[in-house]
Amino acid sequence: MWNELTAALLLQSGYNASLATLGASLLGVAAGSAGTFLFLRKRTLVSDALAHATLPGVGLAFIAMVLLGGDGRSLTGLLLGSALSAALGLVAVDWLARRTRLPEDAAIGAVLSVFFGFGIVLLTVIQSMSSGRQAGLEGFLLGATAGMLLSDATLIAISAAFAVALLALLRRPMTMVAFDAEFAAASGISVRAVDLAIMGLVLGVTVIGLKIVGLVLIVALLVIPAVTARFWTERTDGVLWGAGVAGGISGYIGAAISAAAPGLPTGPIVVLVATALFAFSLLFAPARGVLAAVLRHRRFQLRVHRRQGLLALARGEPIHDQLTLAVLRREGLIRRDRVATPEGQAHAGKALLDERRWEIVRALWADEALAGRYDGLTPLETLLTPDELAAVDARLERPALVGA
Amino acid sequence: MGTEFVQLSLVPMVIASLAAVACALAGNFLVLRRQALVGDAISHVVLPGIVGAFLVTGTVSSWPMLIGAGLAALLAVALIETIRRLGRVEPGAAMAVTFTSMFAAGVLVLEQTDTSSVHLDVEHALYGNVESLIWIAADGWGSIVDPAALADLPPELARMALVCGVLAVATAVFWRPLKIATFDEPFAASLGLPVGAISIGLVAAAAVAAVAAFDAVGSIIVIAMFICPPGAARLMTDRLARQVAWSVVFAVVSALAGYVLAGYGPLWLGYESSVSAAGMIATVSGLILALAALAGPRRRRVAAPATGA
Repeated sequence: MWNELTAALLLQSGYNASLATLGASLLGVAAGSAGTFLFLRKRTLVSDALAHATLPGVGLAFIAMVLLGGDGRSLTGLLLGSALSAALGLVAVDWLARRTRLPEDAAIGAVLSVFFGFGIVLLTVIQSMSSGRQAGLEGFLLGATAGMLLSDATLIAISAAFAVALLALLRRPMTMVAFDAEFAAASGISVRAVDLAIMGLVLGVTVIGLKIVGLVLIVALLVIPAVTARFWTERTDGVLWGAGVAGGISGYIGAAISAAAPGLPTGPIVVLVATALFAFSLLFAPARGVLAAVLRHRRFQLRVHRRQGLLALARGEPIHDQLTLAVLRREGLIRRDRVATPEGQAHAGKALLDERRWEIVRALWADEALAGRYDGLTPLETLLTPDELAAVDARLERPALVGA
Repeated sequence: MGTEFVQLSLVPMVIASLAAVACALAGNFLVLRRQALVGDAISHVVLPGIVGAFLVTGTVSSWPMLIGAGLAALLAVALIETIRRLGRVEPGAAMAVTFTSMFAAGVLVLEQTDTSSVHLDVEHALYGNVESLIWIAADGWGSIVDPAALADLPPELARMALVCGVLAVATAVFWRPLKIATFDEPFAASLGLPVGAISIGLVAAAAVAAVAAFDAVGSIIVIAMFICPPGAARLMTDRLARQVAWSVVFAVVSALAGYVLAGYGPLWLGYESSVSAAGMIATVSGLILALAALAGPRRRRVAAPATGA
């Protein structure tokens, strides 16, 4: 198993398998990047309707090809049929959402289930056709790279490469529309045309992906990489390329695993690799990840406890909170018997001074933004200039000199 | 219309109708609340739940599977919320991530384990097998009042009838709060109605309908019935009560016409074998929706501009 997997990952398991793996990773790149625009336009689930709407096209294309005397299994023909019916599904969603009072999500669900249901009817028709030798059309449900013909793999790889190239070309206007449609329109870009191009690319990717990932799960390859990439960057370009990379990795590893274990459908494996990348990003991404958020919260908590502990020391109040004690003790600011060390006294005095200064600032400039910056943590000298600080200090009550 | 019909077609038609009505009842409120795709998500995650139940119990018995499917639906809702909140991901994308991943996991486990000896596969999960719910013990219409024959009815029938009845009663009992919370949630909250509980209850009811119907007829009918009959009904009337009534009519018509067309249609055309009933029921419901969208009296948005077709 491991040897086979290594061989597949290094593209050593035969020409067809290698081409399928490369095709799957190209597909992943194309799906990830095309899906980014869907994700940014908040229309991810339209692709679900699109994907399910391919099934009747596959069935009808097969039937048509058999009736015309072919064997019905030409991938080009099947993909053309699926593209036509997916486009029809897209038009139906658009028409229902625009022309009737049904919301877009109902339109998506209706098209998805009805087209898929009709596709199932066609599949059962094909099963009963005497001339329709079992075509393995079920492979389009969940995807299969096993038994893929060389010409199929080439077709997929070339189309995926074409989609990636098109994305690279159209990236600027698509980014503008996805990010700020009104600004794009004001800049003279036809939002409708760009939306159409986005949906066209998504349609293309869906159709190419049918054979590898299958129509039930292709939506995952469009959505998950974009969501994954979003964790790592705040920039649209970053999400675009990040999603491409995440999708590419998912396709590559998924297809390789599937080549090493041919019994498994490819789609679920590719999707689960993408999910693993997503879960890793959700947990460990530097700025937006869960771990980063937990650490941020913990650091903030420790700073608050340190500050409050120092203020208590300065005011001579007893400290009972265990976390506060632990923080102060770890920094060597108090001894084990809770008495401040010289260093602790210095910091406590500093904290108290800062707190007094803040009181004055908030009284003096109550209406200004500066007063709103008070969080009990930020030292005032990081916000004021030295002469402003001197002005504040002039108002500090000074201890009266003994005997003066 | 004799013995053969009662044996082979009556029970599937009744079960399909009950499943369609149960889903359509919940679907009315889901469509109005713009949660139509919750049904889609639920019916995808039912698969891993059923596979999980099979792995734990090792048998294909109904109750563990129903419980497993219910647990999977709960897990999915929890995961969607977690991803939405922790990752600050928009709801549609969070939903897509969750249900595709869970479905993929279900398929993978299903293909890994040896379930070839039992009737459990992806195709079955997607489009069920209504046609197999036959009533062997029946020997004509008289069997409907024959206790011995009735005892042999497929268990799916009683279960589906129970779920459908519970949903109908619940819809009637909670009618007013459901209606207010659906159309104006802030107002419902200001009246002191538990809007959060209503929302969760609705999703739970949808999950129950989906799981029970899934067991009997497969997930494609479930998704179609959640959306198409209520969607078509929405284009017929402005009143909620009438919309629900229309949706029930549409659901039953879809189920009966779909089943008849799938079972007998090919024979009329001169072919020998029937086609998928589940697929045909979904198709008929789609045709009804298309008709309503083309000619329904209330098909336009109230605020829609007067221009255009």
